[in-house]
Amino acid sequence: MGAQLRVYKRRIRSVTATKKITKAMEMIAASRVVKAQRKVAASKPYADELTRAVKSVATGSNTKHPLTTEAENPTRAAVLLLTSDRGLAGAFNSNAIKAGEQLTERLEREGKQVETFIVGRRGVAHYNFRERKIAEAWTGFTDEPTYGDAKKVAAPLIETIETPETDGGADELYIVFTEFVSMMTQTAVAERLLPLRLDEVTEEKTGDGEIRPLYDFEPSAEDVLDALLPRYVESRIYNALLQSAASKHAATRRAMKSATDNAGELINTLSRLANAARQAEITQEISEIVGGASALADATAGSDR
Amino acid sequence: MAAELHVELVAADRQVWSGEATLVVARTTSGDIGVMPGHQPLLGVLESGPVTIRTSDGGTVVAAVHGGFISFADDKLSLLAEIAELAEEIDVQRVERELERAKAEDDEDAQRRADVRLRAATSTR
Repeated sequence: MGAQLRVYKRRIRSVTATKKITKAMEMIAASRVVKAQRKVAASKPYADELTRAVKSVATGSNTKHPLTTEAENPTRAAVLLLTSDRGLAGAFNSNAIKAGEQLTERLEREGKQVETFIVGRRGVAHYNFRERKIAEAWTGFTDEPTYGDAKKVAAPLIETIETPETDGGADELYIVFTEFVSMMTQTAVAERLLPLRLDEVTEEKTGDGEIRPLYDFEPSAEDVLDALLPRYVESRIYNALLQSAASKHAATRRAMKSATDNAGELINTLSRLANAARQAEITQEISEIVGGASALADATAGSDR
Repeated sequence: MAAELHVELVAADRQVWSGEATLVVARTTSGDIGVMPGHQPLLGVLESGPVTIRTSDGGTVVAAVHGGFISFADDKLSLLAEIAELAEEIDVQRVERELERAKAEDDEDAQRRADVRLRAATSTR
């Protein structure tokens, strides 16, 4: 075997091995997307009921709560950025980080001081590399977040929003995460969690002309709201974590699929080249033999004469 | 057909139970409350404790809930809890072990949780 052919063969072998790995990763990611989607669906009843309850308190009582009233002149904002722990997911993390940076920029233009909270090793690495300040970071659970993780993330955020801004608290809470639209589409979105936008919350309810019931609050509207809003924030964060996880797996699946496709293409090209090299080798051998034979024949013919 | 109300018992990560019932008893921060069909719209904060649901076919469902809310309107009742378990899902022996450990470690939260579970599990048996 010629040297050229041997090089091609070796490259084909290595690309085939890579293809097997990416194919396996693609399939793992595909099964995880389904699992993550199921978790998003399972968390939906709780989130829906909670949103309904928040709506009813917010519209059914005249309670003023620090978490629902907008500060007249907000000067500080907290941003929670959800990224993943691991890469190999195409533009998933860079899209989320970009969305977070755009939001930060906008808030800073509005004259607000931004505190950044990050979930996921990728986001942390990005900020650390640029030596930006991170208020708090969590890693290690982005693939399969549990409600406990969401609580852990929510606790300092709620604390920040509840402390007055003179003591280092924040007036507004934003969340940046990747929304799972479909298997093929995931978009990074930035949303304001707190203070609640009541018009947004009540919009759909008033649309269908339904009469809202007059609620009896136990023990009191203030207490209910006090207990309800942290849970609401937790459930929103939980939902965002789950969606982000599902999106990450979908992005991984897509990235791995194109890697597998590319590997297949590369193998095809390389086998063509290897075939050509082999053929060239054979042709050369034949012409060498023929050349040798005719040289021999010429020599014998000469001596005969 | 007797009047009945639709109950949804949901935990943060799953729907625990859903069905028709005639009476639901739960513990709010200001005391036990029983809700029957036609009750005034209500929104309350729940304490950790067992919730008893009398289903319309005569059965009883008991669940342990740890914190959460009860909301009732239009004969639809929802119980929201961060953690909720049906009594039959609770492994009594394991909870007893947990209770022992919580007592040994002086962990009041864990002790309370285990206690609620145990009460829910034993009330049906």
